Amino acid sequence: MTTESSSVEALKDAFGGAILRTAVVCGDTIVYLAPDRAHEVLAWLKDTPDQAFNYLTDITAVEYRDPERPFEVVYQLRSLERFADLRLKIELDPQGELRVDSVYDLWRGADWLEREVFDMFGVAFTGHPDLRRILMWETYSEGHPLRKDFPLRGHLSRAEQVRRALSLKPEEHYSPEELELARKRHGRDETSGWVPPRGGGA
Amino acid sequence: MGVSQEDHALVSEISPNWVTTKLDYLVNLARTKSLWPMPFGTACCAIEFMATAASRYDLARFGMERMSFSPRQADVLICAGRLPFKLAPVIRRIWDQMPQPKWSISMGACASSGGIFDNYAMVQGIDTIIPVDVYVPGCPPRPEGLLYGILMLHKKISGESLLDDGLRQELMLRDDGLFLPPERVNELAEPFGNSVSQTRSG
Repeated sequence: MTTESSSVEALKDAFGGAILRTAVVCGDTIVYLAPDRAHEVLAWLKDTPDQAFNYLTDITAVEYRDPERPFEVVYQLRSLERFADLRLKIELDPQGELRVDSVYDLWRGADWLEREVFDMFGVAFTGHPDLRRILMWETYSEGHPLRKDFPLRGHLSRAEQVRRALSLKPEEHYSPEELELARKRHGRDETSGWVPPRGGGA
Repeated sequence: MGVSQEDHALVSEISPNWVTTKLDYLVNLARTKSLWPMPFGTACCAIEFMATAASRYDLARFGMERMSFSPRQADVLICAGRLPFKLAPVIRRIWDQMPQPKWSISMGACASSGGIFDNYAMVQGIDTIIPVDVYVPGCPPRPEGLLYGILMLHKKISGESLLDDGLRQELMLRDDGLFLPPERVNELAEPFGNSVSQTRSG
């Protein structure tokens, strides 16, 4: 199947210049959006009855090794009614600020997807209610691991990495909701400061 | 062991003799035949560990009648699988909560050395976090491999003596927050084998 998605024509009619170009790769239609109007286009795709892309499959990002190529933020949409898929990309300048509008207001599922892209690539999502790291711990300071300038083994020495990891107090990074659940279940604060034992020889 | 320096000197003078060796034998027999494992399963090794515990291989034959899911009733910590830095404080706390006498088994390549995960997120061997008695190689080890490791641990325990008060000493984190000196951690975490030729970008 190498036919272009029917959404492309509708998008071009509705938005014209905001649709930079389109491509069909391995049967999948890819639409490149202008960064400043991407949120508008995504909202239209979700809310227009003919499109009805009501399911956000994934948000991810791509940085190419070739420094000439732009940085991409990728949205994979699906319409559960029409059994149709559409992939949209926003191209950003890897040297400039990596910032796009959050789509959390359109699909609530974007919450953790955008946090993951922020954690791994350092893309900031304007309008995200809780943009924290999600895979790495919140105080992780070595950068964004999936960027090409990130060394495979991290910036710090192994000893420093181990030292920082051992000094973590995991319960300090539970969300308020999780702590509330724990309190309700156990009737007391499970996380009142536990201090790791120190001293003695190794 | 609550043995004072003077008591120890006294005991060392008269030891080892018939009484202490028979007592050692009895105590070690009891300990080897009732090792309760604290399973710390994080990856595919845990599947092999479960197979080892199930009816075909049957850990119960070796006195490991029951998994001790509370570290406070456990004798041997079995780390089955890779350990990300995020879990380093967790395994350390579990180890600190286990009462003496206690032992640990590092099951599989990842727990023992980081295995194929020589990257920014993974502890390069749990021996940089807690003391390890037996390393079981394999990726993952077959149940026979783990059983062999457990039998090696039995052998090690059989050779222990009540007179050696260094054995049951609690090895805490040092003042700098590490378990081993930093240069030792770096040495243990050095790339080896195939990962030596992996590029470090940046």
